[in-house]
Amino acid sequence: MSKIHVTTTVNGEPAEFLCEVQDSLLDVLRDQLHLTGSKEGCGSGDCGACSITLDGRLVCSCLVLGVEAEGKTIGTIEGLANGDELHPLQRKFLEHAALQCGFCTPGLLVATKALLDANPNPTETEARYWLAGNLCRCTGYDKIIRAVMDAAAEMRGEHA
Amino acid sequence: MPRLSYAAPASVPDAVKLLAGAQGLAKVMSGGTDLLVQLRSGRAKPELIVDTKKIPGMMGIRETADGWVIGAATPSAELSEHAGFSAAYPGVVEGTNLIGSTQVQGRASLAGNLCNASPAADSVPAMIAAGAVAVVVGPTGQRSVPVAQIVTAPGRTSLAKGEFIFEFHFPKVSGKQADAYLRFIPRTEMDIAVVGCGVNLTLDAAGVITAASVVLGAVAPTQVAVDATSIVGSKLDDAALAALDTAARAACNPINDKRGTIEFRTKVAGVLARRAAKIAYDRAGAR
Ligand SMILES: Cc1cc2nc3c(=O)[nH]c(=O)nc-3n(C[C@H](O)[C@H](O)[C@H](O)COP(=O)(O)OP(=O)(O)OC[C@H]3O[C@@H](n4cnc5c(N)ncnc54)[C@H](O)[C@@H]3O)c2cc1C
Ligand code: FES
Ligand code: FES
Repeated sequence: MSKIHVTTTVNGEPAEFLCEVQDSLLDVLRDQLHLTGSKEGCGSGDCGACSITLDGRLVCSCLVLGVEAEGKTIGTIEGLANGDELHPLQRKFLEHAALQCGFCTPGLLVATKALLDANPNPTETEARYWLAGNLCRCTGYDKIIRAVMDAAAEMRGEHA
Repeated sequence: MPRLSYAAPASVPDAVKLLAGAQGLAKVMSGGTDLLVQLRSGRAKPELIVDTKKIPGMMGIRETADGWVIGAATPSAELSEHAGFSAAYPGVVEGTNLIGSTQVQGRASLAGNLCNASPAADSVPAMIAAGAVAVVVGPTGQRSVPVAQIVTAPGRTSLAKGEFIFEFHFPKVSGKQADAYLRFIPRTEMDIAVVGCGVNLTLDAAGVITAASVVLGAVAPTQVAVDATSIVGSKLDDAALAALDTAARAACNPINDKRGTIEFRTKVAGVLARRAAKIAYDRAGAR
């Protein structure tokens, strides 16, 4: 059976892979490109653990076909840190202990980055609604929201 | 099982040819937020997926002399980011803004929401109330179909083999006209409507309603229009609101399920119709 050849860009680097039509982009990222930061919590769009950006837009990679990546620009959690230097959001999640098991964390970080790119100064309510599709069974969300608001303030230069 | 194939044609004729010529079941894909869930669960078993997003015109929002043209596959996030369309049709955008999460809205389209044909689809009541028209393309050419005539039963549409929706036309909003959409769910995010209600009102300079369209979702097998004649000629006073409540309840033919009983859905339909009408009335009055 011949697979489909797809050429795309992941975190700024050209990438190519072979996949079947029914393979989700999440399957491809994890199994073909070995970018295992994106997680599969549900496979049905409910949990947000697989959050990525597709041409800059936040989506669930479990609800995108691998073949749809052709010619697109993909951003994953692996592109967040600058080499060994953590992104301010990652630092703040650690400082605020905004994770326990960590399964939801990559998706939350990608989703929060997309929020702050669109709106650097969100209210807490805006942040909570934006992140309503990212489920966390451990933290109770408060620490996550505190980390998000603190990181946003730092990124706006309000801690300097 | 035959192998699933995928095509992303670059033109309407190419897409129609693929859909009409398919041997087995061919499915159109816009954002895939319904289709891919159904594919994975085995509920949909297509042999061909035709992704229409590469066809020029399927994505995007344009204002014309007659109103607004929305590409059928435009993600709902793009609608809420569009200041002009959001100002013209706040109710339609309230509906699309309730579809799933931010992530789901990054993909979910009006055509997919409509053609998935769920009675609870959040964008549909306000689209019908707006008098939106779907431009349907297919093997016999192009036809314009009111959105209200697309869904025929849960999971069923009036589209023939080879046909798909290319774009939606929303009439120009003029004078004191505005819309609103409200839904009831047991929580504040990420749930399926127990009842949804879209209202579109036009007022004269004195604030008297000259035209009213009220449409309910999730209270019958398809979206249903409420007989809103009782509020036309009124300033939406208490008597008019009470009459609207009665008319909304009369339009219901709901199911019993874990989200709500028949009685509850019927009552909530009346309440939401009143509340959405008030919001639309205030918005129209402010124009
Ligand atoms: C986690 C989650 C939460 C959700 N929450 C809600 C919610 O709160 N409210 C709500 O209403 N929906 C909700 N949905 C359902 C879904 O997101 C919406 O119905 C969405 O608008 C579907 O659009 P799509 O572009 O993704 O459709 P697709 O999945 O691409 O298509 C859906 C159906 O429409 C057909 N179709 C698609 N495009 C066309 C076209 N141009 N012409 C003809 N037929 C077409 C497809 O063949 C398919 O049958 C949710 C989904 C998920 C995964
Ligand atoms: S794995 Fe994609 S939303 Fe849960
Ligand atoms: S930290 Fe465990 S799911 Fe969020």
